[in-house]
Amino acid sequence: MIEVSNLTKQFGSKTAVDNLSFSVGKGEVLGFLGPNGAGKSTTMRMVTGYLPPTRGSVMVGGADMVANPVEAKKKIGYLPENAPLYPDMTVQGFLSFIAELRGLRGAQKKAAVEKSLELCFLEPVRNQLIDTLSKGYRHRTCLAQSVLDDPDILILDEPTDGLDPNQKHEVRSLIKRMGENKVIIFSTHILEEVDAVCSRALIIDRGKVIADGPPAELRARSRKAGSVLVDIEGLSGSGLKAELERISKVASIEVTRSDDSGFAGRVFPTKSTSGHDLSAEISKLAAEKKWVLRDLHVDEGRLDEMFREITDTTRS
Amino acid sequence: MSNIISVFKREVAAYFLNPLAYVFIFVFVVLSMVFAFIIGGLLEQREAALTSSFFEFHPWIFMILAPAVGMRLWSEEHRLGTTELLLTLPINPWEAIVGKYLAACVVLFVSLASTWTIVAEVGLLGDPEWGLIFSGYIGSFLIGCTMLAITMAVSAFTRSQVACLVLSVTICFFVTLIGFWMFLDFIDGSVLSPLAGFFASLSVMGQVRSLNNGLFEPATLIYFVTVIGFCLFTTSVAIRTKRS
Repeated sequence: MIEVSNLTKQFGSKTAVDNLSFSVGKGEVLGFLGPNGAGKSTTMRMVTGYLPPTRGSVMVGGADMVANPVEAKKKIGYLPENAPLYPDMTVQGFLSFIAELRGLRGAQKKAAVEKSLELCFLEPVRNQLIDTLSKGYRHRTCLAQSVLDDPDILILDEPTDGLDPNQKHEVRSLIKRMGENKVIIFSTHILEEVDAVCSRALIIDRGKVIADGPPAELRARSRKAGSVLVDIEGLSGSGLKAELERISKVASIEVTRSDDSGFAGRVFPTKSTSGHDLSAEISKLAAEKKWVLRDLHVDEGRLDEMFREITDTTRS
Repeated sequence: MSNIISVFKREVAAYFLNPLAYVFIFVFVVLSMVFAFIIGGLLEQREAALTSSFFEFHPWIFMILAPAVGMRLWSEEHRLGTTELLLTLPINPWEAIVGKYLAACVVLFVSLASTWTIVAEVGLLGDPEWGLIFSGYIGSFLIGCTMLAITMAVSAFTRSQVACLVLSVTICFFVTLIGFWMFLDFIDGSVLSPLAGFFASLSVMGQVRSLNNGLFEPATLIYFVTVIGFCLFTTSVAIRTKRS
């Protein structure tokens, strides 16, 4: 549905987006991640046709964004960063205006406005001036304009920014629901959001893709993924550590607590061993030696750690 | 076309739901009356065509009023970030430019139409030449629209309405000044005298002079269409380059 190839954007001598290529198909919810200034918004602005690319192309449902912008823009609903709105209009008036510019008229327009009011929980404020709305309502008003006309593609730049936890949850479930038969690209700084909503995450840094895959797969790339967390009582810490090191599947151990009564730490398996195999091994040993296991579980890895690791390495 | 109408309707509503539009109109009417009766000596001149006492002053009022009306056109969009919204909708940027421009022209039109009392007055007191009054109004409206187009082009470059106002007033001032008789007399007496005709033809003042005499020359129309067209084109270039 969206085909981005060799997309490059330069502002003067600064390269904001550097030869970026990716494609997103129907039914995918793509989380777009990266540190501030990585080029997320710039990329989204090029995909939506706001910024002309320096090089490269954006194909949207078969239409070229540069050569045939009106056709391409028809397929896209866009929520820009900071949710810009006309403060002098009412919510309903604003949505009607956008619906008209999306080519809807008469009953069709009315139905589309009603539907998006309902979808984004805006009915209580429909006749209120946008100027008088709270931040959460404003954000949802801008979100509502992006889903008018039920576009095939939704591009949302930080859709949950500035919302309270309940509103965040609502917007996330909305994205998830709509993602079933649309293409959705959204950027965020909140990594749990990616886990909760996305079928795929794309991490960019300095205008380049540095990771691309399902969240679980990316999580597994973090250094701590597959390590086993243990907390054992029954012997002095140093003794327990020595016992654990004797297990052949152990590569290394990080100690978090070691005293007379016990030991807690993180045990890394060797390359050929899975975390779960190692965990089984430790529990067998514990049973044998009559240790009390206060905790024993495999760390599946965390996106934020993985994110820090890969964005740090590229920065240094 | 329908997109132009949608943008036009929104902008007209934005103007007239705001008390500022009424302030502009009020100021225009008051100023044009003050100029006509006090400086122009409308009653003493016994001039029923209103040419030298009324229409003559309009460029000087419009050079402030048109920038004041037009300064929000794009500066406000840039400041709110709504340019991004507008330009990612499936419309041609031209449709937004023309729609917004025409809406601002409506404010000038209403301002001019609100001076109808002065027309009624000369109608009651004398026997005016209606054709001259009509062409005088057309001339004033075209001047206002030209200054509005200049303002719109300036506003596309900046998100600051104040910067837009100051710069536009300056440009409109020079566009008026170079056709003003005092300026032309001054030029005539200097080394630049061969350029006097050139200056006069560049200025909005020189263009309406024939209109105020009841003559509608094709060159006048060409002048206004060219200048307004150029300003709208500059606006579209500014919007495009501001993005990149």
